[in-house]
Order: sequence, then structure tokens, then C-alpha cells
Amino acid sequence: MSDRNDSFILEMRGISKSFPGVRALDRVSFDLRAGEIHALVGENGAGKTTLMKILGGVYPQYEGEIYLDGQSERFKNVRDSARSGIAIIYQELSLVLDMSVAENIFLGRLPHRSGFVRWNKLYKDTDELLARLNLRLDPRTVVRNLGIGQQQMIEIAKALSQRSGILVLDEPTAALTDSETETLFAILNKLRDEGVAMIYISHKLKEVFRISDRITTLRDGRVVEACDTTDTSESRVIAGMVGREVSRVFPERASAPGEVIFEARDITVRDRVLSDRVLVERVSLSVRRGEALGIAGLMGAGRSDLLMALFGAHAGRVTGEIFIEGRRARIASPADAIRHGIGFVTEDRKRYGLVMDQTILKNITLAALRRLSGRFITRREREAAAGNQVISDLRIKTPSLQSIAGSLSGGNQQKTVLAKWLLTAPRVLLLDEPTRGIDVGAKQEIYALINRLAAEGLAIILVSSELPEVVGLCDRVIVLREGRIAGEFARLEATSEKVMQCAMGG
Amino acid sequence: MVIALVIVWAIFAYTTDGVFLEARNFSNLMRQSTITAILSVGMLMVIVTGHIDLSVGSLVGIAGGVAAVAQAWLGWGLELSILASLATALLIGALQGFLVAYLNIPAFIVTLGGLLAWRGAIKGISQGNTIPVQIPAFKSIGQGYIAAAVGIALAIAAVIAIVGVALWRERSRRRHGFGSGSQFRLAARILIPSILVVALVWAFNRYAGVPVPVLILVVVALAGAMLVEGTTFGRYLYAIGGNTDAARLSGVNVRRHTLAAFSIMGALAGLASIIYTARVGSAAPDAGRLLELDAIAACVIGGTSLMGGRGSVQGACLGALFMASLDNGMSLENYQDFAQDIVKGIILVAAVGIDMIGRRKNG
Repeated sequence: MSDRNDSFILEMRGISKSFPGVRALDRVSFDLRAGEIHALVGENGAGKTTLMKILGGVYPQYEGEIYLDGQSERFKNVRDSARSGIAIIYQELSLVLDMSVAENIFLGRLPHRSGFVRWNKLYKDTDELLARLNLRLDPRTVVRNLGIGQQQMIEIAKALSQRSGILVLDEPTAALTDSETETLFAILNKLRDEGVAMIYISHKLKEVFRISDRITTLRDGRVVEACDTTDTSESRVIAGMVGREVSRVFPERASAPGEVIFEARDITVRDRVLSDRVLVERVSLSVRRGEALGIAGLMGAGRSDLLMALFGAHAGRVTGEIFIEGRRARIASPADAIRHGIGFVTEDRKRYGLVMDQTILKNITLAALRRLSGRFITRREREAAAGNQVISDLRIKTPSLQSIAGSLSGGNQQKTVLAKWLLTAPRVLLLDEPTRGIDVGAKQEIYALINRLAAEGLAIILVSSELPEVVGLCDRVIVLREGRIAGEFARLEATSEKVMQCAMGG
Repeated sequence: MVIALVIVWAIFAYTTDGVFLEARNFSNLMRQSTITAILSVGMLMVIVTGHIDLSVGSLVGIAGGVAAVAQAWLGWGLELSILASLATALLIGALQGFLVAYLNIPAFIVTLGGLLAWRGAIKGISQGNTIPVQIPAFKSIGQGYIAAAVGIALAIAAVIAIVGVALWRERSRRRHGFGSGSQFRLAARILIPSILVVALVWAFNRYAGVPVPVLILVVVALAGAMLVEGTTFGRYLYAIGGNTDAARLSGVNVRRHTLAAFSIMGALAGLASIIYTARVGSAAPDAGRLLELDAIAACVIGGTSLMGGRGSVQGACLGALFMASLDNGMSLENYQDFAQDIVKGIILVAAVGIDMIGRRKNG
């Protein structure tokens, strides 16, 4: 114990954790100094989340030691960990949407006098906290009315209000626009200067390299490398994560688009409640067989609304015309869209994509049941045969078709959603953020798959917040800004910088 | 579930010196459970879709009232009065389903309103009087038995069907390249249900034969199980209850399926009301009161999640049989009414509690 460095406020030593059949962590060591940002990277299933759940007291059973300020600690539950000044902000935010900013921050610790809430003190304390984060927000604002970015800030404010010395951020920028990310980074830098220690988990390596002081790479439950950020490089970290050198992130594809198969004219989408609010205005686009069309734009530019509308699934009023193979198609519901050969891999697979506690088989055949199984009577064996086929085709890692969808890793869940749509035998595939929150290896597989599908003659429309993805994968890129088309780039002229400039209106 | 049922039967068999399992009482017990069981099949579909139907008891009341009124006041015949009763219940179910599915009114509210309104309607129609059933053949739907020979013939037919289905599935497995399953499983799949069918018919024939309501229940349960497990319709119900958004975006017509689930619930409430009215021999203004709670309890005890997306017809029927066993056994032991209610209430909460604890350990 004498070799312990006292400048570490957190040390995790030789942490091992096994689940039935899997060794999730194998003698992992991790440490953290005050006033530093230590990034934790690795593919999904590498053990990052397990490690943080041990730190957060979610898993009280593990081998190894945890020291906080040199004191040995063993967290028996989540409260234990929180009381020791550890705050974990998970990817899924845990805010009460219909309560105010102030109530959310001080939830469970509202200032009160003999049971009555002291509202003035609550709002004053909140104001001070928000000022510390340079956030100009009314503490009375209902959280539901805030964007994801601001909601994330509220979570951070909540952690700070608990005087947490250690802040764990799990994929904090996954849902943020670039400008929101900038704001977040400014705040993280400020907190670092104030001496807060932070663990930063992210798949976005560019950001990791910008913000972190040190990087620890995990693979298959072991530490591959832990070093100062300045001593390593992106390609080296990627190689460490996947266990091989990745030469090209986006595989080459010979593109030879055929005739126009899908065309939308003057699509206008209005908000469901506020009908004078136009979300998408007179957008026209077309895709050819074997072509990948990218749609770029900032958060709120109307990308998802447009896809929802094309699929007949938007809750608001949609006008415009859609032509499939030159013939006018009436698409008023997802069922219409599917009948016309359109598939839609939605964003947010938990909410829109999967029935989490049903089996993989039932999930992947849901959209194609009629085609696979007959109009009314289902044919289990035929379904299972088709299911096995697509699962091995997409290399979904699962013990069997009867496993529960929620038990899969993020990347495999995403592939399961893809499998569902491939079974409908689509001619046009809409993809909304198909690689969000999945690891580098799974991303590459999805990129390769998109290329393969295009090569097989599918028309693809891809929406992604990750510009290199749009630019690297697509034959053509349309940029949306405030619901309108702001520009269009062919593959050769599209660069991330140009597209971004166009999206921001520069 | 099966184990709990066996335990309860064993306890009652012991405390009543075997009276509980005597041919006569066994026959009664099964018949008593049929109404709750038929309702629970419909309730299962509603709950699996993520909704609830509180109006079932009142629906049984009004549908039974319609049948009795048709016979006593309008002089309608057997078929017509049954048809009127079923149609009434189906239409009410469809109406409630429409309000839930297309106007987005929560099912709890719609059917709570229904619970009051339909009960009020039958009270108004009957002027608070009990209306006797006129047609003897109608009564036999609730009270009759099938001749022993016919029962045996049905049992033989059932066994043939069981063998046929098992072999057909086996062939289908092989044709889709899953290889042949183990001989042992195939044998189990044939033998267990076959023995069960034969044993049941034998048990009923020891008394007066298979009760007509039990036969109706068997048909309803089989059809219900095939509907939820073997059709696209059933799969969509589970998907809607599991994740409505995902189902909708996968092309499932959520509204139409919700409407259908409530309509089926209505029709089955109509069927249950005919058995109920036939058994009692009259339609009383308060007939069927609290049946909705029995049906919900049967589903829940049988493993149905009130959050939707999970549950089975078999479970719901076993749950109904379990509830009926408690009623029957406690009556035999001369428990008073209030004590029965207390025990049933405790069992309901305990059943869900045990389920929750079990799931936490697994999950």
C-alpha cells in the first residue's frame, strides 16, 4: 500500500467482476486526480459501464479495492456512492420532465421550513448554481421545454449542487449539437479549473482528445493502455479499442446509381400542436437506386421530422407529394410506407425501435410479419428460419433468437433494428442516426452494411449528426437549415467543414 | 401457477375430508370457474395491449338482461335472444374500444364510465326487477351436461387433433431445416395434453358428464390461445403493449387492434352473460357485479403484466380456476362471505408480490 500516490482522489485497484458466463472486468485499475478529466474509452461491452456501475454502487459485488482520498471504500448501494461525492450522469437523463429546473436540481433536498418549501431560497440557490455554469436559464422553467443540451446541463448542475468531487459523464455529447457541445466543454474546463475530477466516457474520439488530460482504453474487460492524452494518437487509441489497426474508417465503394426510385416534392410539415409552426418547409428530394443520400443539419433543423413525414409517421400535418418509381404514392401511415417498400431505421432504438422485453425473433419479424408468415396465421418455423438467416448475415451476437432484445449491447440492438427492416425487403431505406451510442467496431460494420445495401441496389437516405459519416458514406449530401434545404453537395465537393458552414448559415 | 393450484387443492381436499375433490364438487368447481375464465380470456387481450376494462361486470349484467327481456317481454326465440345479447355486448365493447383507440380517452376512464352507465341502464330497463328466463333450452347452456358417450367421443377427437398438430409442427420444423426435435419432447407434447383431456372427461363422467359451460370455455380458451400466440393479430397486440411507438412505426395499425381487443372483450362478456343468466335462470339488475375484478385478478395471478406486453391465455384461465377454487373450497368449509373476500384480496396481492420478488432475483 505504500506505493499509493496521495495525489489521487480516486483509485480503483484490480477490479474484477463476473456475470454468469462472462468476465466483464479483469483486474482493471483506474485512478483520478483532482482537477483532471480522465477519459475512459472502449467498444461497447468493453467494461466501461460495468466499471462505472461499481463506482456508483450499482454492483456491490466485485473483487478489488476502491480508495477515495486514500481511504478504502466499499459502496454497498447507490446512496453510499453519492454520499461520498460521486455523481454519475448516465446517457439516459434522469430528470422529472414536468418539474421546474430548480425542483429538478434540488429534488429530494428541497430547502424547507417545517415541511413547506422555501421557494425563494430554492430559486436563489438555483440562480447561483446556474450562474456558476454560465447558464442563462430561469429556474422556474419546466424541464420538458428545454432542449436535450440544456437538460444535460441541468444534470451537471444537479451533481454540483450535491458538492460532488467526482463527476462521471457517460456519452454526454451523444445527443448534443456542435454548439451545445462547445458550451458543455467550456463548462467542463471551468469545473476542471475549480478542482472537480471528471471521468469522461465517449465514443467520439475527437472530443476525447480535445477535452481530456488522460485516456484509459479498455478492451474485453482489461486495460489496454492508460496514458496522457498528449502521448497518444487517435489511430493508436482506435487500434487499442478494436485490437487491430483501422486503416480507413469509411470503406470505399464504387457508386453507380441507377434510375430515380423515390422522389418527394414540396414536403411541408407542421407541428402537431402549434399548427402555424412549420418544421419542414417545401423540401424536395430524390434518390436513385443504389444511391446513398445524406441529410445533414443541426439539431432542430427538421431532419427527423422530414424522415418521419416521408414514412407517414409524423403526428403533425404533412403536405406534399411522394413518387415511387415515378408513380404517385399515397403514404398516410407506416403501413402504407412499408407496402411501398420503404424501411425506416428510427433514431432512439429504445423508444421507437425495439420492444425491449420481447425476443429478438419477435422484434425482427414485427414489420414483416405479413410477408414472412402469411396474412393471419403465423408460421413459427418459417419466421425462425428467416430470422436465423438475417442474424448470421448481419452478425448479430446473441445466444439465440429467443434472447430478449433488451439484453443485447447497443450495437447489436441497432443491428436488430436494421434486421427488422431488411426482412421487409425494402427498396428505400431511411436511416436516422444509425450509429448513435454504439462502439467503433459496430459502427464500421454498419458502414460496411450501408455500402453493401447500396451496392445491392437499395436507395438510402441517411441522417446523421456525425458529419464525417454523412460526408464519408453518401454520394450526395443535402443540408437542412431551419426546415429548408440550404445547400446540396456532391460526394467529391462535400467536406465536413463546408457542410457545417452551410448548416450554420455561414 | 400449476403448483400453487395443486397445493390449494391438496389443502382443501385435506380440510374437507376429500369432499372438495369428489366428482360432484369437482364438476361444480369447474363450472363455477367458467364465467371468470371466459372473461379473463378477453381481459387478457385488453391488458396485453396496455389497457384495462372495468365495465365487464356491468356488461355481463346488461347483456344478460337483454337476453331475458327478449325472451320474457318480446317473446323472441332461443337463437334470436342469444344473438341480441351477444350483439349488444359486442357493440358496447366496440364503442368503448373506439373511444379509447380513436379519441385517446384513457381506458380506465372510459370503462369506469361504462361500469356505471351500463349498470344504470340495466336497472332502468328492468325497473329493478329480476326477469326470469323463459326457454328451457336456454337454461341448459348454463346448467346442462353432455352425455357421457359424447364426452368420450370428443375426448378421442381431441387426442387425434393433439397428435396431428404435434406431427405437423414436427414436419414443419424439419422442412425449414431445424432438424428433428428430440423424440422425448415430441412424446411429451402428445402425451401430456392427451392424458389431461382423457382424465378430465373421465372425472366429469364420474358425475353427470362434461358441463356445457366447460365445453364452451374450452372452445373459447383454445381459440383465444391460438389467436394471441399463432396469429399476426396476437403478435401485434403484444407489440403494442410492449412498445406502442415501435409497433406503430413497424406498420401496425395500433388503433384498429385496440378497437378489436375491446370488441373481443365485449363479445366474450356477452357469452359469459348467457352462461351466467342461464345458470341462475334469471337476469337480476345486479347480475355480474364485481366480475371485472375477478377477471383482472385471474389475469394478474396468471402472470399477466398490467403494464402490457406480457401474459398468456393459459395463465389467465389457470388464474380463474385458482380463484374459483378458493371460493369453492372456502364455501365448503363454511367460511363467511367477508372472510372469503379478505383471503382473495390477500392472495391477489401476494401473487403479484411473489412474482415481483422472483423477477428481481432473475433480472
